[in-house]
Amino acid sequence: MALDSKVPEGPIQDKWTDYKNKINLVNPANKRHIDVIVVGTGLAGGSAAATLAELGYNVKAFAYQDSPRRAHSIAAQGGINAAKNYQGDGDSTYRLFYDTVKGGDYRSREANVYRLAEVSANIIDQCVAQGVPFARDYGGLLDNRSFGGVLVSRTFYAKGQTGQQLLLGAYSAMNRQIARGKIEMFNRHEMLDVVIVDGKARGIIARNLVTGEIERHSAHAVVVGSGGYGNVYFLSTNAMGSNVTAAWKIHKKGAYFANPCYTQIHPTCIPRSGDYQSKLTLMSESLRNDGRIWVPKNLDDVKAIREGRKKPTDLSEDERDYYLERRYPAFGNLVPRDVASRAAKERCDAGYGVNATGEAVYLDFAAAIERYGKEQAKIHNISNPSKGKIYELGQAIVEAKYGNLFQMYEKIVDENPYETPMMIYPAVHYTMGGVWVDYNLMTTVPGLYCIGEANFSDHGANRLGASALMQGLADGYFVLPYTIGDYLADDIRTGKISTDTKEFEEAEKSVKETINFFVNNKGSKSVDYFHKKLGKIMWDKCGMSRNAKGLTEAIQEISDLRKEFWKEVSVPGGSEEYNEELAKAGRVADFLELGELFAKDALVREESAGGHFREEHQTPEGEAKRMKEFQFVSAWEYKGEPKDAVLHKEELVYKNIEVKERSYK
Amino acid sequence: MNLTLKIWRQKDSNAKGQMVDYKVTEISEHMSFLEMMDVLNEQLVGKGEEPVAFDHDCREGICGMCSMYINGEAHGPDRGITTCQLHMRMFKDGDTITIEPFRAAAFPVIKDLVIDRTAFDRIQHAGGYISVNTSGNTQDANAIPISKHDADEAMDAATCIGCGACVATCKNSSAMLFVGAKVSQYALLPQGQVEAADRVQNMVAQMDLEGFGNCTNTGACEVECPKGISLDNIARMNRELMKAAVK
Amino acid sequence: MSGFFKSSVGRKVAMALSAFFLMFFLIIHLAVNITSLFSADLFNELSHFMGTNPLVQFALQPVLIFGVVFHFVMGFILEIQNKKANGVSYAKNNGGANSSWVSRNMIYSGLVILAFIVLHFIDFWFPELNVKYIQGDMSGMHNGEYRYFHEMVEKFHNPLRVAAYVISFVLLGLHLAHGFTSAFQSVGSTAGRKKTLQNIGKAYSILIPLGFIVIAIFHHLTHNH
Repeated sequence: MALDSKVPEGPIQDKWTDYKNKINLVNPANKRHIDVIVVGTGLAGGSAAATLAELGYNVKAFAYQDSPRRAHSIAAQGGINAAKNYQGDGDSTYRLFYDTVKGGDYRSREANVYRLAEVSANIIDQCVAQGVPFARDYGGLLDNRSFGGVLVSRTFYAKGQTGQQLLLGAYSAMNRQIARGKIEMFNRHEMLDVVIVDGKARGIIARNLVTGEIERHSAHAVVVGSGGYGNVYFLSTNAMGSNVTAAWKIHKKGAYFANPCYTQIHPTCIPRSGDYQSKLTLMSESLRNDGRIWVPKNLDDVKAIREGRKKPTDLSEDERDYYLERRYPAFGNLVPRDVASRAAKERCDAGYGVNATGEAVYLDFAAAIERYGKEQAKIHNISNPSKGKIYELGQAIVEAKYGNLFQMYEKIVDENPYETPMMIYPAVHYTMGGVWVDYNLMTTVPGLYCIGEANFSDHGANRLGASALMQGLADGYFVLPYTIGDYLADDIRTGKISTDTKEFEEAEKSVKETINFFVNNKGSKSVDYFHKKLGKIMWDKCGMSRNAKGLTEAIQEISDLRKEFWKEVSVPGGSEEYNEELAKAGRVADFLELGELFAKDALVREESAGGHFREEHQTPEGEAKRMKEFQFVSAWEYKGEPKDAVLHKEELVYKNIEVKERSYK
Repeated sequence: MNLTLKIWRQKDSNAKGQMVDYKVTEISEHMSFLEMMDVLNEQLVGKGEEPVAFDHDCREGICGMCSMYINGEAHGPDRGITTCQLHMRMFKDGDTITIEPFRAAAFPVIKDLVIDRTAFDRIQHAGGYISVNTSGNTQDANAIPISKHDADEAMDAATCIGCGACVATCKNSSAMLFVGAKVSQYALLPQGQVEAADRVQNMVAQMDLEGFGNCTNTGACEVECPKGISLDNIARMNRELMKAAVK
Repeated sequence: MSGFFKSSVGRKVAMALSAFFLMFFLIIHLAVNITSLFSADLFNELSHFMGTNPLVQFALQPVLIFGVVFHFVMGFILEIQNKKANGVSYAKNNGGANSSWVSRNMIYSGLVILAFIVLHFIDFWFPELNVKYIQGDMSGMHNGEYRYFHEMVEKFHNPLRVAAYVISFVLLGLHLAHGFTSAFQSVGSTAGRKKTLQNIGKAYSILIPLGFIVIAIFHHLTHNH
């Protein structure tokens, strides 16, 4: 099948408006007769469910958590971008579009990104109307902060809990519809397959995670907003339950999977402390507004610090290497994430890592505390303030901005980041790749949509900070509710979809077979054993830098591990009960397939772009080197084993932006 | 360090549960409490036994899923954290740790340490929202200036993660801190004024219907709340309800 | 409005309003009694006024009785509801880690106060009703002088009774130590969480019971013949 992105004709700034004007609509009376399933209740799924229900569709929403409010969007910290230009610093729809495409290393679809930038401002209006308590200045107007890879201040935030507040906003919109009976909410339910009838997505098979019951749910369209697949690395900043299953199941039923190798390794996470570690914790990128990243200049100092003979605060300015400021003077500590991560890895690989594992760099707030302290002293008319007073005043400002992050750090590491610099190291955070969708956010299966992090669309090879929240809400509040109507307009006479058909029966049967296999298999190894092994292969060979040899090995190793998994996995307990090991087994089974496709995609992509860094393709200075011939989206078609997947290319055409070398120097 | 764990085991919501003793060895003080539980579960799975079921997800203190009552306190002995942020350095070698689910009649046990908190969702359905459609035609965000003080206070109330520690720790199993926080968030913002009276009345009615107890102002909830939600929010809810009653 | 008092919050408000009334009453009661320390005559006159003034007797007294009964009945209702809300009890519960003992045990301090009120009624109020309304003697006189001071002094002869009074007042103090500021919180005021009111509350919950204790012990010691 040839890929058709269905991007409308016309100048880029008019495409979305013109398209909306001509799109098919479903009249309000008919919407009552149309059911839509939404899988996942994060920013994308939650906002889509709420909006579709407001429009009048009957929505069934599914979440594996015990409440929609717990989806992992809640953990997003720093903020959400919007081209409001409230700061008057030259922001515009075009500039947000430009920054996002450039930030994504020219590997995203122009028209989608432009639309994203266009609706971004609306998101802020919407969220404020919902009662989201964004940070404000003393004049009562909305405040902004800066994020990596841009030269304006366009990030709206609610302390270090922006994702939480936006998700609770979407959750509140959902609650209103649940109360009206327009959303039927299925908590603690996991989608295990999609049901295709006559080539169209018509329902799902879901498992009730409390009772273990396998349920059939039908609808006229299915929307998957199940998040990213960062947990393929076992250790990531994702929630423990975050998984690829819904996205992978639809891939296996015909939806192409795009750019699986585009993964974001976030530069500022709390370093690993031991083998028992179950997850990694992010420290918001917003910290790079005020924090300065450094390692010691001399290896002797590194050694002294590791052995505890010296403290970081003992080192003078001359003895420190602020390597981001040194290498990228224009953007300094606010280079995009992929650049910052690779730079940290480069220093640590060279032996400058400052903790016992050698995998940590400093994020230092001393300068910011002093700067804010002096500023406050001026504001409060304190002449000749003492050092202590300056520190006190400055600390208060830093605490107001990042207090919850500092507290989180202190609880985990047991060090006070106001007094000693934080230690950070990159960790897997977000996956730009995902299910391929067209301009309508529809996958290659009619009636099957994919939104938010689960799809591949807007971030290319690298996502800029504070853009994930923007995309999730744009998809759910403002894009999908329009585009899905165009498809559903043909379904007004279809009537209720029956679940008593052979398609549902077959799908259910296959789901049950897998579950029965797991609970009956007399294996010797736990699910986590396999997940950790997979994670190690992924991190070592498909991590921050990749090469052909490693990737080829990874493909083989993952394939072997998968075979072993299906022989040796052990799942205690039964199928008709609450059984977390069983749920995990299903998820890891899918990760084991995705992981291989991931490595294959990375191997095929003979270039460096954004988060995908191939050692064979770098500039003499060690920067990522893009290849013109790889200016396409890799969309993989499922053909049984991951190694048999077929590559389809969607060529990327840039008419409104000049493709240049991406420089932050 | 080596530890003895006394853990509540309960097969399902209908079964009768009991405390069961376990031993774990070589626990690092840098582990989080849930990583210690992972070690125990890995041990149990290795022996072919059923692991201890417990709720957890983000493991960074924001999703509100984890919910253990550890040594007689919701989320354990540390302050300003959830169970997943509790670290083993708070314990000593040889300690016996009692681990129970959050208890309340409105939070029935599903299995072991997993509880059903959908009562909280139903309270939110009753009014935890502002009735505005996602039409995209709302007024410009800066058309409604809000004093920084009010916005900050609303934010402080809004940081509630809905974990239920307040209920679990309250001797009356009262949900007033949870409800008070949501009522306060909207009561403090101009956007929330239009429906303020209905909201507080409906949410309190649903809270009562769910079988949560009454507040006797012991203040325990505020101390145990991982997000430090202030008791002032309960007072504000009381005020809002009185205002609504005389309206 | 009727819905309001049926809600959990409404009941708490009602509880607090009755508490405010009772706390006010305690001040009046103590103010009258304290005169007995230095002037039997003044005490007698005030007692006679309180005991015979129709406004006090037929308007304020019923309100007071209602307030007392309401506070207790509501206290029990709330306690029963709260127990019901609890579900299975914890194997280990460290209440002391997050709240004060007095705040968690209002029902027990309340029960002791209830027992005391019964004793107090048997000692003073029932005999008073008997003399005034059954025997019809509204004079307040006995052997040519006011009887009130003597009757009171008489009661404090028995050291057991004095001990019971002292213990009860200590419990009243504990009840007030939480109840004073708690009542403000219940009616929606955060004033109870501010230092000023907390200090006033402390002073109140110590001074009021202490006053009653001093009176009981004073009369026991000075009139013990």
